[in-house]
Amino acid sequence: MEKILTVDNLHVTFKTYGGTVQAVRGVHFDLYKGETLAIVGESGCGKSVTSNAIMRLIPNPPGKITQGRIIFKNKDLTRLSEKNMRKIRGVDISMIFQDPMTALNPTLTIESQLIEGLRQHKKNISHRAARQKALDIMKLVGISNPEERMKQYPHQFSGGMRQRIVIAIALICEPDLLIADEPTTALDVTIQAQILELFEKIQKVTGVAIILITHDLGVVAKIADRIAVMYAGKIIEVGTKREIFYHSEHPYTKGLLQSVPRLDLKGESLTPIDGTPPDLFSPPSGCPFAARCPYAMEVCDKAYPAQTALTGTHQVDCWLQDERAKKLLAHTTTI
Amino acid sequence: MLKYIMKRLLIMVVTLWIIVTLTFVLMVSIPGSPLNEERGTTEQVQKNLESFYNLDKPYYVQYLLYIKSIATFDFGPSIKQPDRTVNDLLGNGFPISFELGMWTIIVAVISGIILGIIAALRHNGIVDYLAMTIAVLGISIPNFVLATLLIQQLAVNHPIFPPATWSSPMHMVLPIIALATGPMAIIARLTRSTMLEVLTQDYIKMARAKGLNPWKIIFKHALKNALMPVVTIMGTLLAGILTGTFVIEKIFAIPGMGRYFVESINQRDYPVIMGTTVFYSAFLIFALFLVDIAYGILDPRIKLHKKAGE
Repeated sequence: MEKILTVDNLHVTFKTYGGTVQAVRGVHFDLYKGETLAIVGESGCGKSVTSNAIMRLIPNPPGKITQGRIIFKNKDLTRLSEKNMRKIRGVDISMIFQDPMTALNPTLTIESQLIEGLRQHKKNISHRAARQKALDIMKLVGISNPEERMKQYPHQFSGGMRQRIVIAIALICEPDLLIADEPTTALDVTIQAQILELFEKIQKVTGVAIILITHDLGVVAKIADRIAVMYAGKIIEVGTKREIFYHSEHPYTKGLLQSVPRLDLKGESLTPIDGTPPDLFSPPSGCPFAARCPYAMEVCDKAYPAQTALTGTHQVDCWLQDERAKKLLAHTTTI
Repeated sequence: MLKYIMKRLLIMVVTLWIIVTLTFVLMVSIPGSPLNEERGTTEQVQKNLESFYNLDKPYYVQYLLYIKSIATFDFGPSIKQPDRTVNDLLGNGFPISFELGMWTIIVAVISGIILGIIAALRHNGIVDYLAMTIAVLGISIPNFVLATLLIQQLAVNHPIFPPATWSSPMHMVLPIIALATGPMAIIARLTRSTMLEVLTQDYIKMARAKGLNPWKIIFKHALKNALMPVVTIMGTLLAGILTGTFVIEKIFAIPGMGRYFVESINQRDYPVIMGTTVFYSAFLIFALFLVDIAYGILDPRIKLHKKAGE
């Protein structure tokens, strides 16, 4: 498979009055053509910051990419000028936002918001061709009567319909990569399912690679090919959907999966992960999950574990995977 | 839309009627009469004069005659300048006042919005602080103080502009600056704050994610939304500019309508008072009506023909 994006050792910090927040601390992942990678994690773990960093949409100041590379089509996006970055946004990489109620400009027609990206990037496209393209994409995302609907304003659409339009806007320049930042969080459950089906459909039709940012494991189970689990600004485990759901090795991933409410366990109380994530103003030097981890060892507080490759696709950052820890556990066998 | 406009026109007529009635009541309740100061007239001449201007009739007849004069837009001759009709005075004065007012609005709106945008884009920078300092000064200094300062500095000490009258573009500079500074400052502050708010909205981020160039984002996506509150206060500002012209016209000896308005009250020139009041009110009411229409055009969510909650 062809790699289209490599994020390598990405660090993002935010300067605030209270100090410097290290929001993203050395994230690494690859993305292949046509696949869906889900980045999951709880609020504040840095998943949205990572996606904004790829788009270079982090407001500077206060935010800054301090280290690392983002290689997209052999170009390091962290080194591009703002002007060159604009030629990538919307054309090669598009983004879908969480809340469709605020993502569309209330004072402009749908047509104007659909076409403007196209006209910005393809200067010589005629108005008629642009309009036709907009109509096609409206049909693709499942909006009936697109000719009439294009003349309307966002307030004349429901939430689900608006999210379809946001997706249409993101797709109109035929990007290679689509970053969807919690695209279904603001929608109700029945609409969520429809939007997820739409994602599957557009991926089939256009072959676009998708990075899906979410904290909803149900969404992940439905459409992701691979999953990256983020915690305290780091990706702590990455693998295929099957590997993460059935063979997860990191205690945090396990805790996350156990905390999902299940319909078949009626009457049982939920299993939360005790404690809270670490303060990212001064993140711990060891494993950030150590304080909450039921299997924590002395070494976990001292140093961050090296990455262990379990299979070709499944990697985990955990001391429990270290040979020495395994020997130790073989003796005690209490877990 | 048509139904809404008809309804608004009706309300405008009623508003105007209330203003006319109040003005009439105030006018006749001021002691004295326009003919008191006439010297050297015999009692008979005085009587004839009163009868000519209908001042001997009961108040309700006078009132009805006024209403009639408004309906036909013929206010008759001025009492103090019998050779000129009120319509003449308005006809001579209005174009000049209108010119002053329009230029003031144009200057205030354009410079206010530009200043506001620059301040918002350079948020918390030196340019921002500078622009907002100018704005605070502009709001705090009354236009008549600014007018005298401008005359002293730019007409007397450094004779760059003529100090008074209204005969060439150079004559227009100082009065327009004096009148426009206040509204400009208000518009600048308002534009800055709404612009700052709009720039944090998701649709601005979305526009950036589309790869649009920054100018397009500011002028197409942000400004239209940021201008809503500015349009809302335009009505109030318009009233302020209108009343401001009275004072400014007096200071700069501009032969506009404001002069007649102030003089007519001092001299109790009843037809002129009524004429100018009706004219000013009608103008202002119509301007407010235009503001409401503009609001509906700027924001498609506002449907003028429907009541809220419908």
